[in-house]
Amino acid sequence: MKPVFAIVYKDIAIEFRNKESISSMFWFGLLVLVIFSFSFDSTEAEGIKPGILWVAFSFAGILGLNRSLSMESDNDCLQGLLLAPLDRGDLYLGKVAGNFAFTIVAEMIILPVFAVLQHLNFDLKLLWIVGITLLGTLGFVSIGTTLSMISAHTRMKEVILPILQIPMTLPVIISAVTATGMVLSTEPGAMAGISFPLSLLGVFSIVYLTASYLIFEHVVAE
Amino acid sequence: MTRQMLAILSMIMIPVALYCAFVYAPTEATMGQIQRIFYFHVPQAILSYTSAILLGLASLMYLIKGDLKWDRMAYCSAELGVLFTVTTLITGMIWAHPVWNTWWEFDARLTLELMLGLLFVGYHMLRAYLPERESRARLSTVFGFLALLDVPINYLSTYLWEQHHPRLYGPGGGGADPAINIALLVSTITFGILYAYLLTQRIAVARIEEEVEYLEQVVQV
Repeated sequence: MKPVFAIVYKDIAIEFRNKESISSMFWFGLLVLVIFSFSFDSTEAEGIKPGILWVAFSFAGILGLNRSLSMESDNDCLQGLLLAPLDRGDLYLGKVAGNFAFTIVAEMIILPVFAVLQHLNFDLKLLWIVGITLLGTLGFVSIGTTLSMISAHTRMKEVILPILQIPMTLPVIISAVTATGMVLSTEPGAMAGISFPLSLLGVFSIVYLTASYLIFEHVVAE
Repeated sequence: MTRQMLAILSMIMIPVALYCAFVYAPTEATMGQIQRIFYFHVPQAILSYTSAILLGLASLMYLIKGDLKWDRMAYCSAELGVLFTVTTLITGMIWAHPVWNTWWEFDARLTLELMLGLLFVGYHMLRAYLPERESRARLSTVFGFLALLDVPINYLSTYLWEQHHPRLYGPGGGGADPAINIALLVSTITFGILYAYLLTQRIAVARIEEEVEYLEQVVQV
């Protein structure tokens, strides 16, 4: 586990120095929220709130993944990482943990702003959304880290990542939006079926963490 | 030789399948003539799933064996995947417009088909942006394998929505008239043969393309 922590430590140290990843994700997510709040009257359109939140989260997430991609591909930093005596799977887990931490921090700053703009109360429901966000972000980042490493080898890095990422993470977005919708719904008994989307989010994360861990040596092989 | 056999076989089978679809099969009671698109839509949908499975398995084989022939098979089946997801979606829409009174519904099977199409296109875009042959094969097969894992999870996730798509066979399905079943079977076999022909032909062309590419590089050097 030591190499994993070393990579996470490296990523966090870089983030503390330049503060690029979290701030860009937060501002971008905030702008998405603001545009949606202007475009729709939130008191009338109850049903679109979960969608707004997850559009903001997924676009901000892709921005964060792009950032982590260019961090490694600038100055051939990835080459240096690959020279280090560590297992390729550990490299993957370290990158996932770092990306997950940054994305969650940015999302936890976006969430209260969402609550304010969409007239939500700060109560237990928001805690549920935090839980869904944790699970959904893990799934999003577990596949996103692999795909960002794949697109790091291409000519059009920043363009190709969303094209690969969005169709692949469709199950995460569908499940997270449905679960958030159940939490926000005012109808009695709306939360009854929430275990299905939550378990889907869990299954997605487990499948992609395992598959990417095993396959990652092919992604970074030279 | 196999390719010629498949070509001749599909030339014989296509008129038979057309006869079954347009003459032999009875007109459906509620939907009328539009229901006959069923004999084209269903085989194409099956073949689009087949493409996804072939793409995933060929990718896995490439990652294990490292032989470029598996990569060739992977991207040829992904190309056919684009073709068959598009035709499935178009035939489905032609049917849905008079019957559902809308072109599109966010239903489980429709979303799965759309997502499959997007994954196939994403796969080809990824290949187009990878200039070097070896890394193109390696990275796109990783993506192909991950895409295969995505299909069942995606199918489960779309169960969160209301279902509109007709369910004729399997649990909850009503079944159909024997003549309809026979016509469907014949057209599925026909499309299957056509698919096998297109795939083998495409792989043969791909092999020649790679040889040309190699020769061009040698000449330039």
